[in-house]
Amino acid sequence: MTEQRIGIEVSRAIAIATKLANVDVVSAYPITPQTHIVEDIAELVANGELDAAYIPVESEHSAMSACLGAAAVGARTFTATAGQGLELMHEVLYIASSMRLPVVMAVANRALSAPLSIWGDHSDVMATRDTGWIQIFAANGQETFDNVLCAFRIAEDQRVLLPVMVHLDGFHLTHMIEPIYIPEPSQVDKFLPQNQYPLPLDPNKPITMGAFAPPDIYTEVKKAQQVNLTAAKEAILQCWKEFGDCFGRYYSPVESYRGEKAKVLLLVMGSFSETAMSAIDILRGEGKEVGLIKLRLWRPFPFDEIRRAVRGAEVLIILDRALSFGGPGGPVCSEIRSALYNEDKRPKVIGFVGGLGGRDISPGGFKEIINRGIEISQTGSEREFEMFGVRE
Amino acid sequence: MTKSEGELTWKDLEIGSIVTEPGNASQYQTGGWRTQRPIHDTNKCIKCGLCAIFCPEGCIEPNAEGYFEPNLFYCKGCGICARECWTQAITMVEEEE
Ligand code: SF4
Ligand code: SF4
Repeated sequence: MTEQRIGIEVSRAIAIATKLANVDVVSAYPITPQTHIVEDIAELVANGELDAAYIPVESEHSAMSACLGAAAVGARTFTATAGQGLELMHEVLYIASSMRLPVVMAVANRALSAPLSIWGDHSDVMATRDTGWIQIFAANGQETFDNVLCAFRIAEDQRVLLPVMVHLDGFHLTHMIEPIYIPEPSQVDKFLPQNQYPLPLDPNKPITMGAFAPPDIYTEVKKAQQVNLTAAKEAILQCWKEFGDCFGRYYSPVESYRGEKAKVLLLVMGSFSETAMSAIDILRGEGKEVGLIKLRLWRPFPFDEIRRAVRGAEVLIILDRALSFGGPGGPVCSEIRSALYNEDKRPKVIGFVGGLGGRDISPGGFKEIINRGIEISQTGSEREFEMFGVRE
Repeated sequence: MTKSEGELTWKDLEIGSIVTEPGNASQYQTGGWRTQRPIHDTNKCIKCGLCAIFCPEGCIEPNAEGYFEPNLFYCKGCGICARECWTQAITMVEEEE
């Protein structure tokens, strides 16, 4: 039995992934650019192709709340959202992670209002950075599909039991038709064991979930959560290794493209890293020692892998697709800068913010970013960050 | 519960700090929140039980003689019983410390 490679819209491939994963409960509210994902799942359920409860709700706040209830009884649970929808879920996101409920969510990354923008960037994700979810960024359709399958396994791993977001760029990925390998159901069954939530809600064995914690226990609860999310990396690495052994596609928290012996490195997350690869090829062709780092695992943050990946580089250029207003620029850049601060030898870190609200960056644009980054580092004129591609 | 909440370390907690012992809220001394305590005057009390119905803690019960008394382990000192009693049989007094 082998995988079939078919041309399919990435959103629809996610729906197929949930079917192959045999999800029990899906609760969602439609929002651009996530809509095709949940429309397709609703259709699979309505056609009897997927034996799941599809709970249409009146808002994303309710969607996430319904998912918590489903996960609490031990159901395999999925939802998807984007932009404003993710923000409306915000308070419930913390509850999912601190109650250790393994919900899987695809996030079609979208800019935030105002002004209203349905197009892609990472502003929505970054506002949920500290919600305690595992967060994985996909660079293309295949990665998205594969990581939705992996997300169930990671979330439900007995060592983890945490919710997982799989991020895919709105439109740049959600609406893209790509050739994607779709495995046979039996292959997925072998890779993805049944969900065995250890303490499900059960009238015969009453428990209390989400009780209150007075000051003499709250800190202990948060410490346990921090240790748990950090330690989840081990299970994530194991899942990716075993996924690779099953399907031949291996994933890692940080991926380097032509990064060996590169003096200048560019770091990007999500679908833009595919475009940036072309820019690296062009610059390598011109004899420049440049390379690319794709950051795939955003939470838990892969400190060791990042430090290893930039070792030996003199300049590290980071592109953020979100802006921390009045702050240090992009969240990715400021986190990596502080992760490197205590290293004896570290590259100069040059931050750019661009690709906001669906603004494209072409290979030529990435070339410009890299050249500008080199110029800044050579003239010693680095500040917190620069915005790329703004008309002055 | 073998350890009290104040003694538990982060390693002792169940996943998601789930409480596996049903009804253990009864071990929680809400009386610790109290700054005033209700004093019942048995001369005025007509044993109607209205205070027990209004008490948000459900901690007022009749004693052997049929007079209604608050359980001070749970009584938060909110004063609702004193406000609702028809005969003004309940007075709220300051806790000494
Ligand atoms: S409400 Fe007043 S009169 Fe009635 S039982 Fe309570 S204390 Fe007695
Ligand atoms: S003061 Fe409040 S909590 Fe205490 S017995 Fe009266 S009604 Fe109940």
